[in-house]
Amino acid sequence: MDFDVMKKVPVSEQDPQIRATNFDEVCLGYTKEEAVLEASRCLNCKNARCMQGCPVSINIPGFIAKLKDGDVEGAYNVISLSSSLPAVCGRVCPQETQCEAQCIRGIKGEAVSIGRLERFVADSAKEMGIKPQLPADMVKKDKKVAVIGAGPSGLTCAGDLAKMGYDVTIFEALHKAGGVLVYGIPEFRLPKEKVVAKEVENIKELGVKIVTDAVIGRSLTIDDLFESEGFSAVFIGSGAGLPRFMNIPGEQALGVFSANEYLTRSNLMGAFSPDSRTPIMRAKKAVIVGGGNVAMDAARTAKRLGAEVHVVYRRSEAELPARAEEVHHAKEEGIIFDLLTNPVEIVSDENGWVKGCTCIRMELGEPDASGRRSPVPVEGSEFTIDCDAVIMSLGTSPNPLIKKTTAGLEVNRKGGIVVNESEMTSRAGVFAGGDAVTGAATVILAMGAGKAAAKGIDEYLSAQ
Amino acid sequence: MFEIVTKKCLGPKVFLMEIKAPMIAKKAMPGQFLIVRADKDGERIPLTVCDFDRDTGIITIVYQTVGAETERMSRMNEGECFADVVGPLGNPSDLVDLPIEELKAKKILFIAGGVGTAPVYNQLKWLHDNGVEVDCIQGARTKDLLIFEDEMKAVTKNLYFATDDGSYGIHGNVCVALQKLWDEGVRYDHCVVIGPVIMMKFACQLTKQLGIPTVVSMNTIMVDGTGMCGACRLLVGGEVKFACVDGPEFDGHAVDFDQALQRSRLYKTQEGELMLRLTEGDTHSGGCGMCS
Repeated sequence: MDFDVMKKVPVSEQDPQIRATNFDEVCLGYTKEEAVLEASRCLNCKNARCMQGCPVSINIPGFIAKLKDGDVEGAYNVISLSSSLPAVCGRVCPQETQCEAQCIRGIKGEAVSIGRLERFVADSAKEMGIKPQLPADMVKKDKKVAVIGAGPSGLTCAGDLAKMGYDVTIFEALHKAGGVLVYGIPEFRLPKEKVVAKEVENIKELGVKIVTDAVIGRSLTIDDLFESEGFSAVFIGSGAGLPRFMNIPGEQALGVFSANEYLTRSNLMGAFSPDSRTPIMRAKKAVIVGGGNVAMDAARTAKRLGAEVHVVYRRSEAELPARAEEVHHAKEEGIIFDLLTNPVEIVSDENGWVKGCTCIRMELGEPDASGRRSPVPVEGSEFTIDCDAVIMSLGTSPNPLIKKTTAGLEVNRKGGIVVNESEMTSRAGVFAGGDAVTGAATVILAMGAGKAAAKGIDEYLSAQ
Repeated sequence: MFEIVTKKCLGPKVFLMEIKAPMIAKKAMPGQFLIVRADKDGERIPLTVCDFDRDTGIITIVYQTVGAETERMSRMNEGECFADVVGPLGNPSDLVDLPIEELKAKKILFIAGGVGTAPVYNQLKWLHDNGVEVDCIQGARTKDLLIFEDEMKAVTKNLYFATDDGSYGIHGNVCVALQKLWDEGVRYDHCVVIGPVIMMKFACQLTKQLGIPTVVSMNTIMVDGTGMCGACRLLVGGEVKFACVDGPEFDGHAVDFDQALQRSRLYKTQEGELMLRLTEGDTHSGGCGMCS
């Protein structure tokens, strides 16, 4: 194959015009030839900076070296030592700010496409029926650990603890395991059956039990887990909480949704399919408020459900918190970005349905505490975007349920659970990580926290 | 699995089911709700808890078939299993946290409308078991729709019936009944109203006028029911609240019922289409103007 060693081997994607009408995966992934070729670009640095950029410290040059030799199984085993969800991370990690940002190749040319290689290895391993293995020298420990939430942090923590020999049970509130991987991230970025369900199966293969329909704080409390269920330690990975709204006039109109509701209907309940029994609004023209990854997911979902989509964001393009790749994909699919624009009122018709979103133009003023230039409204610049749906994607505030039902669990001013350097909370034996601690963040950061907590739990239980 | 051990038809389109759900039966308290899913492709449906038995691990639900999903549930039989039953969700009724002596000192009135009788029964039963005697007005459009008559009688001091068409009890709605009692000199200092939104709205207008602090239970649209999706939001005292984690019980004099009524219509068109698809299936040949 003819290629420029300074650049990434391109990956095939579904044509933007076609994919904007379906929910099939956008990125088609590398073929084996492409993957081995891309692997050949890795310089196998002795002091691998990419590994320092990885929140779960995957031996990146190690797995790429195996791949160079065409040894997919070997590559998979290297990744498995550090990550329980490689097929997920290869797809949704922001590699451009993590491993790939550190890559030496990136100084003069493009970084090695570590994410696509990880995805290739994970997908190929699945096709070949390769499963993660328990360490050969593992000693079974006679202790039970409960993990709350089957999302990225919980699955990671559970997988790592199982590999250390603990008897692990995950309690999941929803009817399906996966957390944000099943309710939040859309099918076209992360296929549910092909990828998420298989990764969950792999965790179960390690001996982890998953109990669905169990809401900790209601069905059982953390105290119950210790006192009547016989667990010696608990990890809280209960994830993000209640959606934020803008508190502007008209926000109660019919057709105003949180991105969480809209995406949960589409993803968890499959409402994007006409066969689904869960309803979802198929808007003609939708306004998505916000500029993060969740906003991009909501925008691209609305587009696929037939809407003309406007993303309304109060700062400029440079400040969009979403990954550049997501913004790029959204634009390719025809999503319109109304930047430096902020909603001030939602207008509804005589039956209470949204008929427009009145916005005001913004300009960037002085830098605020975060260093970003804060947007200031331009007086008298109000205008109305005609639309029949408004989807608020403004982040979430922590779920109050566990805090409310667990005495002595310290939370910070914003409601996030307070943990120490081993991820232990103010309650002995209770650890926490992921969005429940940090507020809305990424899949991989949650996984990193789950991993650190598994180590913390092991140290805690070993010292007993 | 969540097996249906008993199924009864209580009236037109009203069904009672007893379901095996030991984890929930162990924890449920009056005022809480559940989410059920009939099968693996089903929608998540929030329902209030009508009864629970900690020893047998059985919970009781009562529902009216209003859409395709509840219609589908009503076609399930004893021995079959629900794919999912999750709960108990929401906060227990505030009453259960009060000292029994304080409850006994109060003059409490419950107002139950339609299938709202089921969650009211659960609270009445708990109060009765704790030696607290209360009154209840049970309302319905017509006599056939009054459910649980014997059970309700067994757990109330005075049980009054009100039917819109006068076929049973007081002729008129629950507000007419309450006004009548009030005019006769009966006084209450706490009221709990559970039923259709429109009934709760008017009952709360009246109790406000009469100066009776009133609690309502809001059965809103929900998806996850655990504080994640925000579909169940409503305005209480001008503030956004979430029925699943802040409720389902709220101060009836602070709830914006008009907004709640409006939000309850959100998916009516789609629900109607699904119902048509279920009931008419392949025989539906268009003409409704809604299907595509």
